[in-house]
Amino acid sequence: MIKVTIDGITVEVEQGSTILEAAKVAGVEIPTLCYLKDVTPEASCRMCMVEIEGMPKLVTACSFPAADGNVVHTRTERVVKARRGVLELLMSNHKTDCFSCPQNGMCKLQDLCFEYGVKDVPFEGVEKAIDDSNKFFTYDPNLCILCHRCVNTCQKRTCRGSIDTTQRGFKSVISPAFGMDWADSNCESCGNCVQACPTGALTMKKQKTYRHWDVEKVLTTCPHCATGCQYYVYVKDNRVVDVEAADGPSNRGLLCVKGRSASFDFAQCDERITTPLIKDRETGEFREAGWDEALDLVASKFTELKKTYGGQALAGFACSRSTNEDIYMLQKMTRVAFESNNTDNCARV
Amino acid sequence: MTNTIEDITHDSDVILLCGSNPEEAHPVIGMQVRQAVARGAKLIVVDPREIDLAKKAAIHLKLKPGTNVAFANGMMNVFIEEGLIDKEFIADRTEGFEELAAIVKDYTPEKVGEICHIDPEDLREAARLYAKADRAPIMYCLGVTEHHTGTEGVMSMSNMAMMVGKLGKAGCGVNPIRGQNNVQGACDMGAQPNVYTGYQKVADPAVVEKFEKAWGVDLKHLQPGRMATECFHDMIDGKIKGLFIFGEDPVVTDPDTNHVIKALKSLDFLVVDELFMTETAKYADVILPGRSYLEKEGTFSNTERRVQRVRKAIEIPGTKPDTEIFSLIMQRMGYDQPILTPAEIMDEIASVTPSFAGISHERLDSPEVGGKGLQWPCTAKDHPGTPIMHVGKFARGLGYFYPAKYQPSTQQVSEEYPFIMITGRVLYHYNACAMTARTPEINELSGNSFIEINTEDAQALGIVDGDKVYVSSPHGRIASWARVSGKTSKGEVWMPFHFLDGNSNWLVGDHLDDFSKTPEYKVTAVQVEKATEEKECCQYMEVPNIVRKKKKMAKMF
Repeated sequence: MIKVTIDGITVEVEQGSTILEAAKVAGVEIPTLCYLKDVTPEASCRMCMVEIEGMPKLVTACSFPAADGNVVHTRTERVVKARRGVLELLMSNHKTDCFSCPQNGMCKLQDLCFEYGVKDVPFEGVEKAIDDSNKFFTYDPNLCILCHRCVNTCQKRTCRGSIDTTQRGFKSVISPAFGMDWADSNCESCGNCVQACPTGALTMKKQKTYRHWDVEKVLTTCPHCATGCQYYVYVKDNRVVDVEAADGPSNRGLLCVKGRSASFDFAQCDERITTPLIKDRETGEFREAGWDEALDLVASKFTELKKTYGGQALAGFACSRSTNEDIYMLQKMTRVAFESNNTDNCARV
Repeated sequence: MTNTIEDITHDSDVILLCGSNPEEAHPVIGMQVRQAVARGAKLIVVDPREIDLAKKAAIHLKLKPGTNVAFANGMMNVFIEEGLIDKEFIADRTEGFEELAAIVKDYTPEKVGEICHIDPEDLREAARLYAKADRAPIMYCLGVTEHHTGTEGVMSMSNMAMMVGKLGKAGCGVNPIRGQNNVQGACDMGAQPNVYTGYQKVADPAVVEKFEKAWGVDLKHLQPGRMATECFHDMIDGKIKGLFIFGEDPVVTDPDTNHVIKALKSLDFLVVDELFMTETAKYADVILPGRSYLEKEGTFSNTERRVQRVRKAIEIPGTKPDTEIFSLIMQRMGYDQPILTPAEIMDEIASVTPSFAGISHERLDSPEVGGKGLQWPCTAKDHPGTPIMHVGKFARGLGYFYPAKYQPSTQQVSEEYPFIMITGRVLYHYNACAMTARTPEINELSGNSFIEINTEDAQALGIVDGDKVYVSSPHGRIASWARVSGKTSKGEVWMPFHFLDGNSNWLVGDHLDDFSKTPEYKVTAVQVEKATEEKECCQYMEVPNIVRKKKKMAKMF
């Protein structure tokens, strides 16, 4: 263990820890843009610069290993000035129409510019082409700060490797190989890159249907495969409008295309049956019925069949997509009311 | 799974992936397998198809469908021949080794190579890689289970792991990657004919007595139950007259669609609790509107046995909680079932299920659990759950080497049906598509049936990529669209089972596994031909008319 002092707070951390990790232990927040937990530090955004006593240059806290006895200052005038300069450069090729940006209110760059008082951008940028080809998200290079959180997510977390920085210098953009459209690449549309983006460069198309501050977040479990991914559904006016990955034990902050983009439209589509339906066997037509009528009919028919043929003439199949509580009650109903052990689920089909 | 997703993907040196395509069927597990390869873990892929992960594999055994048991016995032959077995583990913790060893003696790599259509040297190399690794999990999926000898296939997986002592520790184990979100839970909750919750046997009088006491009814007079796949036969035979289906769509998902339809039509009374007018709901006498996971409180149990919370986010007017529907039916049939909240139901489950005794909604929501769920067995309120099973001792005491011999599939090619068809999932859809196909962008990416066919076979049949083809078996004929590549071996084709415009389940026979009654989805002999003229294909029923009470319901949103 080594001792490091951050803004006057001395903490003990493991050898090899970065200044950023030590600051976290000390409870001191250092701003970052490109930093991605569990991935080798990128240190490209330079936002996390700090001053270490006895060192001539500022260092990036996310990548600089702490040494025993380091005395670190995270908010000196020199540091703040340098960070402001970094933000001005990041903004040099960034549109400032935040009002119409889907990321407004969730944008880390916006927050930092606000905090560091970056108002005017003394540089003029160039307009670059937007890639809107993906079905679920959009890449706007004019809002991109080339922090590579998306690239690192795609290469080191989802390990699909669909995107990287292409072109050079001022023309640099994030794109699939050879500048092909996103939709034509091997991208799986999982959208983990979008969630990693600290600005409005990568946004879900659904973000245009709500404002961040208008939604309630509900933590739940994905209904598709048995990985058990945890996510927040964003609810606005009794309607789910988007999904955000949570750091669950099995998904560790990742989601797939189905979980992120195909896990709620079905529940709120017009095709939902919302009234009990009873079929006329003669005509084959269904008619709408009240709950009491439908439940009375169900109970009386099953009772009649049970009396005539015995409970073994009845069966109840549960749904492997529903909850444990539902399934327990379904098998209980089959056993105690139908008086039948003919209960099963779709495990084998 | 005996282990957790995290430990098998993060603490493993080698991963043996059998009949599982997690990149498409379990994408977030697939991502973590890719992470494992990126950090240096070696991957062995055992799959008849060139799945994407095969490109990242150290060894790909592109075996013939239906030969898993021969493959596993071949692996164990090498373990024994080359002295790779864990003698101490076998002696201390298992039984039946000698009998199995005598069986696998005959499964030389050369013989297995012939049965499985693989290179004997590749098999030897795979056996060495897996056996010598310090930590190596077996991950398997429906490619192992959906065979008429699926149970032996599963036993063979555990035989391999036990023989090299790779059970009961991190980064190892026998890990079925379960399919649907709560298929683990559906089995745990006793929705099976032969067990109550937590796999407590119906055949055990003490268990029956316990449930009689808990539920206040006589259960001794109940006859032994039948599994769903058997029930369809019973419906046709007139033994089952009334059926309640909760959220399943067997017309789309079960094998031999014509047979399923015939069974449903034979019923006196069919009730379906559903979100949509599914293919199955069309045959119902009564449809009760169900609720989706977004409209209820509850829990799902994932493939790691991890019980996690589901929380209500929205309300769809007109619907009722499904648990209330079941309770109201029970009441009307004379059983005094109070309407309970999902939290109260979980408390009842915990009270009758030793492996769930420590699980409650309150605890799952507590800071103690911290959003990480609880993995059963969780036997008391202060029990932390069980991430890794069989540590130190097997649940049954000694681990049993099941003496599995290879039996060829019931399905063999013939002149009339010269191709073996395998079925599976694609990334963008889930099972019957009832959920995923209601996101239009998903359908734009993947909206139609297709069939993968080997390039040489396609050339011989005059089929080019994108051609409309007819695929037929003794059970029916469907239309689909050809994807020509080297993904499948010569003589083998692959189809997804999602799409209504050419669903492979019309063609699959209902040959069942002797023990689990699982259909042999992975092996069907079929004919493929270019669609040069219109031919009659299997069709689902037209959407029935609905007479509305009011004129037309207002749009909900």
